[in-house]
Amino acid sequence: MKLDSKIPEGHISEKWYKHRFQLKLVNPANKRKYSVIIVGTGLAGGSAAATLAELGYNVMAFCYQDSARRAHSIAAQGGINAAKNYQNDGDSIYRLFYDTVKGGDYRAREANVHRLAELSVNIIDQCVAQGVPFAREYSGYLDNRSFGGAQVSRTFYARGQTGQQLLLGAYSALSKQIGLGNVKMFPRHEMLELVVVNGRARGIIARDMVTGEIKRYAADAVLLATGGYGNVYYLSTNAKGSNTTAIWRAYKKGAVFGNPCFVQIHPTCIPVSGDHQSKLTLMSESLRNDGRVWVPKSPDDSRKPSEIPEEDRDYFLERKYPSFGNLVPRDVASRNAKQVCDDGKGVGSSKLAVYLDFRDAIKRLGKPKIEEKYGNLFDMYEQITAENPYNVPMRIFPAVHYTMGGLWVDYNLMSNIPGLFVLGEANFSDHGANRLGASALMQGLADGYFVIPYTLGGYLAEGGLDKISTEHEEFGNAEAQTRERINKLLSIKGTKSVDHYHKALGKVMWDNVGMSRNAKGLDEAIKQIKEIRYEFWQNVKVLGENEEINQSLEKAGRVADFLELGELVARDALQRNESCGGHFREEYQTEENEARRDDENFSYVGAWEYKGDDQEPEMHKENLAFEYVKPSQRSYK
Amino acid sequence: MKLTLKIWRQKDSKSKGDFSTYELESVSPDMSFLEMLDILNEKLISQNIDPVAFDHDCREGICGSCGVYINGRAHGPKRGITACQLHMRSFKDGDTIWVEPWRAKPFPVLKDLVVDRSPLDRIMQSGGFISARTGSAPDANAVLIDHDTAELAMDAAACIGCGACVAACKNASAMLFVSAKVSHFALLPQGHPEREARVLNMVAQMDKEGFGACTNTGACEAECPKSISITNIARLNREYLKASFK
Repeated sequence: MKLDSKIPEGHISEKWYKHRFQLKLVNPANKRKYSVIIVGTGLAGGSAAATLAELGYNVMAFCYQDSARRAHSIAAQGGINAAKNYQNDGDSIYRLFYDTVKGGDYRAREANVHRLAELSVNIIDQCVAQGVPFAREYSGYLDNRSFGGAQVSRTFYARGQTGQQLLLGAYSALSKQIGLGNVKMFPRHEMLELVVVNGRARGIIARDMVTGEIKRYAADAVLLATGGYGNVYYLSTNAKGSNTTAIWRAYKKGAVFGNPCFVQIHPTCIPVSGDHQSKLTLMSESLRNDGRVWVPKSPDDSRKPSEIPEEDRDYFLERKYPSFGNLVPRDVASRNAKQVCDDGKGVGSSKLAVYLDFRDAIKRLGKPKIEEKYGNLFDMYEQITAENPYNVPMRIFPAVHYTMGGLWVDYNLMSNIPGLFVLGEANFSDHGANRLGASALMQGLADGYFVIPYTLGGYLAEGGLDKISTEHEEFGNAEAQTRERINKLLSIKGTKSVDHYHKALGKVMWDNVGMSRNAKGLDEAIKQIKEIRYEFWQNVKVLGENEEINQSLEKAGRVADFLELGELVARDALQRNESCGGHFREEYQTEENEARRDDENFSYVGAWEYKGDDQEPEMHKENLAFEYVKPSQRSYK
Repeated sequence: MKLTLKIWRQKDSKSKGDFSTYELESVSPDMSFLEMLDILNEKLISQNIDPVAFDHDCREGICGSCGVYINGRAHGPKRGITACQLHMRSFKDGDTIWVEPWRAKPFPVLKDLVVDRSPLDRIMQSGGFISARTGSAPDANAVLIDHDTAELAMDAAACIGCGACVAACKNASAMLFVSAKVSHFALLPQGHPEREARVLNMVAQMDKEGFGACTNTGACEAECPKSISITNIARLNREYLKASFK
């Protein structure tokens, strides 16, 4: 298989501009003749649905939540990057592009990242026009804050609820289009199969999660905007319902999966409190603007944090990375936290945590200012831990947060299956091996508001799409497959719950395919995941029936897919004999324990093709060329 | 901790529901309320009893999915948080806890603790937006908004659409929900061109969905997990009055 990234010719700053002209257009009167299916209504899917409907396309939008407003983009806290340079501090489109390519440890496509940086400025304009209440200075101008991996202040924010406000902006625009009848909305619907006809994506099979009805939906193109697959680790900062099913079904229909092993482990999360833990809660990276990360210098220091004097504290990020300090990128911060905990210097009862201390910031700025900036985060922390972070330092530990990997797409966001587009976190494209803070919101909205309206038109205008009916035999086959799978899950009637298997998978993934990986552990993980999967299909217990709200059945289908994906993540990690970004292989590190990248052999996207349940998948390579940002060892010292 | 749970069980919207009693041992005070329900469900599954259906997703208090009545209060005994943020340390060993779905005519029960909140979406579709066609926006700093107004708009915009205000209100009024959205947009200059049509359409849709009237008891504000203020309802009334006479 040849993977054609379709990167346009020309200078990097002109590629998108020229490409937009070269793409064919669908004339306004003809747009209503086309229909589009969009799965997922987060920032990427919601903004795409609203924008495509505005343009005149017939849109069908699906989400598993009871309302489009609840997609997990809503939980993003800290902010959204844009190269506005309102601070006059040296920012530019080129610098955002540079920071993102470097932050991604030189494993992203330059052309995509530059387009993202260009569009970042339009996103802020669009969101303000929709009424997103971004933070303002007393002058009435927009305020900014800093995020990891950057030395400029380019992050726009709405308290600690930026994702919520941006999503509600997209949801409002979507709601308008639903009201006008331009979008048909299907909440509480889960996509369970992709339908491919004559090599093109032409529809989906979805289950109505209230009645259990399984129905066919046909369209001229299918857009997947279903988010990441972090829940393959069981514990993550993702929503409980976040899943891989849509992209995994597409993978099994021939879409190739790019860089599955690139998983972001976020440094500032609230530590696990016990076996009952069902998810992990993020504390926004913005806290590292004012909070200082430290551990006691001595492993057996059992004093309260307030009793540990300055000279007995190790501010390890400030010590090792003086120029970026506490604001090093996430992969670096996480790995260092793990290292100090491995050395026995971790704090709290589990010894798996480091302090994030606001004492100095409160002294410098006063409590009211800290309260205004981070009040809701502090409240959330206190709610969960019963400790007041104004008085005692927060305890934090890394947790799975975001997946840079996802379905492979070309410059047009189209997968290798014509007509199947993938947007937002669900695709692999813009963040390389590590995503910078406040860039996920940017990518989701860039894809939905500003990229897909052009590239989808280009695809449709090329023609060659026959009329499609849900009576086509491929729809029949896909529906039969779906029903068979559901019946199988309900008929096993084993002895262990779905959660039992999900937790077992999560433990293997975290221990062997987590923050630090090695060949032996990965081999072991592949073996163990196969065993868990085998046992799942022999012994899982799903009560109830299909024709009702059945949350166990929903979970069972998702976990079945995670049990396959987990193996692919491990496989990809095993083939990548280097360390880069969030992928850290113990065998490949410098003397200072930093990641040792291998550009000569691994400067490519690993894109996996499904070959059948009993065969190993095949990896294809898309080689990455760096014409503008020359790869060097990433240094934040 | 040992608890007795009295949980509303209802097969579907057509069936009649009732409370079932379950005993639960070894509950940790560090668990969230929903994690306690997870443990209960695992126990029920092991006994071949259908697990309790409840809506939940982000489990960090922002998606608005979870929403149950706990001991007669929306989202439970503590102020300003959602059910997923409630931790078991708020209860005592030996407590009996009553758990019910939202009770409001426009929100029919679909199963156990799950209700249909789509009327809130339809209210949004009738006018809860600023029409700004993608690509048409001027520079973000072209319109200045003073700090305090932006903060006030943000206070209103923080609504998570969980429906606790409706459930807490003896009239099942959705005024706090509608007023939060109307206020958010009315406070900002971007929202002014459509402000009259917006408030009239949203209120008309609210009435059509069968929500009750507001009698200013303030229960909604007391139970709102995001502490949305009822001054927004006063603002909604002003907006509505002005729009009606225009």
